[in-house]
Amino acid sequence: MTPFGPIQRDPEGRLRHFLSIEGLDRALLTRILDLAEGFAGVGERLIKKVPLCRGHTVANLFFETSTRTRTTFELAAKRLSADVLNLNIGASATAKGETLLDTLRNLEAMQCDLFVVRHQASGTAHFLAQHSAPGVRIVNAGDGRHAHPTQAMLDMFTIRRHRGGFADLRVAIVGDILHSRVARSQIHALNVLGAREVRVVGPRTLIPTEAAAALGVRVFHDLAAGLDGVDVVIMLRLQRERMAGALLPSEREYYQRWGLTPERLAAVGEGALVMHPGPINRGVEMASEVADGPQSVILEQVRLGIAVRMAVIALLLGYDEAGP
Amino acid sequence: MKIAIRGGHLIDPANALDAPLDLYLAEGRVAAVGKAPDGFHADRGIDARGRVVCPGLIDLRARLREPGEADRADIASETRAAAAGGVTTLCCPPDTDPVMDTPAVATLVQRRAQAAGSARVLPVGALTRGLEGRQLSEMGALAEAGCVALGDGGRPTADNRVQRRAFEYAATFGLLCMTQPQDPQLTAGGCAHDGTVATRLGLPGIPESAETLALARDLALAEETGVRLHFNGLSSARGVRLLGRGRYDNPRVTADVAIHQLHLDEHALEGFDPNCHVLPPLRTGADRDALRNALAQGHIAAICSDHQPHDRDAKTAPFPDTAPGISALETLLPLTLALVDLGLLTLAQGIERLTLGPARVLDLPYGRLDPGRSADICIFDPERRWTLRPTDLLSHGHNTPFIGRELRGRVTHTLLAGRLVYEESKP
Repeated sequence: MTPFGPIQRDPEGRLRHFLSIEGLDRALLTRILDLAEGFAGVGERLIKKVPLCRGHTVANLFFETSTRTRTTFELAAKRLSADVLNLNIGASATAKGETLLDTLRNLEAMQCDLFVVRHQASGTAHFLAQHSAPGVRIVNAGDGRHAHPTQAMLDMFTIRRHRGGFADLRVAIVGDILHSRVARSQIHALNVLGAREVRVVGPRTLIPTEAAAALGVRVFHDLAAGLDGVDVVIMLRLQRERMAGALLPSEREYYQRWGLTPERLAAVGEGALVMHPGPINRGVEMASEVADGPQSVILEQVRLGIAVRMAVIALLLGYDEAGP
Repeated sequence: MKIAIRGGHLIDPANALDAPLDLYLAEGRVAAVGKAPDGFHADRGIDARGRVVCPGLIDLRARLREPGEADRADIASETRAAAAGGVTTLCCPPDTDPVMDTPAVATLVQRRAQAAGSARVLPVGALTRGLEGRQLSEMGALAEAGCVALGDGGRPTADNRVQRRAFEYAATFGLLCMTQPQDPQLTAGGCAHDGTVATRLGLPGIPESAETLALARDLALAEETGVRLHFNGLSSARGVRLLGRGRYDNPRVTADVAIHQLHLDEHALEGFDPNCHVLPPLRTGADRDALRNALAQGHIAAICSDHQPHDRDAKTAPFPDTAPGISALETLLPLTLALVDLGLLTLAQGIERLTLGPARVLDLPYGRLDPGRSADICIFDPERRWTLRPTDLLSHGHNTPFIGRELRGRVTHTLLAGRLVYEESKP
């Protein structure tokens, strides 16, 4: 069924690339979360560094702009004592007509070990993994609408820290599922980790065709019904382009129907966690009171993202057994 | 030159022949079937024992990449590939560079093909100037220059009024119009069927309605204008249903299907295989089955290769950034025989969809073996099993998802107007 297993893991089952949650099993995801738990303390130390990846070079290859993901990857690599190379692709090689593969080959020639890649085309990380030299590791930091697995893992890490586990959880993901690589990876991760129910909520224009069958979710179009009884609410960012693309009439209507207001959150219950992969559009996806309120763990997600990315990088560079 | 093809099993659907029969050729034409004409002395004999002898295949859609993209492939290389695949006549769509909208381009393509000498190339002229969908092409002049039909070359006319007038004008000359049913707006940005696989892989989808809307429009315009209409490359069950209704009202409407649509479905995209990036996209298993049924029942008249050779670079990129299309001339026959193995068609029906069926669409005198007809012949070993390797392909395009597939049936000889244009080298 899924072709992502074999390319991501070597014959011994070790992680070779981190491209997609699809194809990975619960044991591996749990191992990442456990490792991240160990790394979470590093950021609180006076000297925020461990010498695990000294001598390795991590290249951040971002073909789409990003602040949060790129900087947290950079910090994660630096806290593991790896050297970090940040490439501003828009201004360099591909602008001169160099192909994606040429860019990869050139950086391989400079002995970069691990590439963190973000690109607007779905399947890019997979493509680079297929064409990379043996020993080179690829981490998908977002490919088109396909996957953003480290974001999903930091969300899982945040949930586990608050809830202890996934078995009894009902999780609702609200918003633009169609264009969201984050949602796809979250859905796979929640299903692999055994969440009781994963829901997606939004207008039909933003829910992909056959979402239920393709992704294993329950589909809701009404926000109140979709949030009824859930333990975690994940709000997705709404891009401004969606209005121009005739997918939605206006931000106002979106907020009225699918925005998370304090009243709606109160109806869900005080125990529910509120999450968002960022950056937030205040007053579009959610009210400021909710984003900054006691149930929001949005900034915690960002902080924990560093530990999760450390765990993934360390695992890929072979420090599984050593531990932090 | 007189040639005797002896010992083979002759299949000629036009004459309902499906029996062990010898075939005699003289001066580039079929001289006799079964028994040699009096005083026939063959200059050359071809031993066809254990082989099937049938009319040369006719392919309604094969890109040769010349003029314009000769770095990818050219007329000489691709017609050699055609001959190796048993194809003796092929239609070249108008999306060349420059577009086939002037007699000069149509003449160039035919001259190059004649010089290469491996296959008969019939140009399809552009329906609109530059295939831009704004102004009519000089259809009268294109027809005079040898264009057998007018088409959109897979770049559908967006403007309904222009399409209507193009059909009307083509009908003035009694010309056939070939369109790829693909609404440009619903197709824009998409690279996969809007279904479960695209949803999981996050690939921008192309809905079925991209096909059905375009079909409905062109069916309505054909009925109103009286133009002879042929649809290139159906992909969906709803499209097939609409075609059936259209043919009920207007039986002169015809359609073809690309061979890959009869074998693959959306699941072939798992793993982002760029060789499965095609337009229209591979849809569901149910869609594929509906296409197979329509072919078996004869609603779809012809199987075409939809040959689109690409160089390696065009397919070496993330899936959505790759060029769509499959290099397919050399697998057209074995993949059709695979449909026979599946029990969808008899061998004679399979051959009919590759010879007489497409000949009827274009009203061509080829694709049949009655005495006096052009001696376009395909001889193949139906029992030969082989595994497709890139080195087997004569086409400059090695972009096919069928690499590694075990195939049945291999062409041993191809004759074009009585001339041997391909003979399998002895292993």
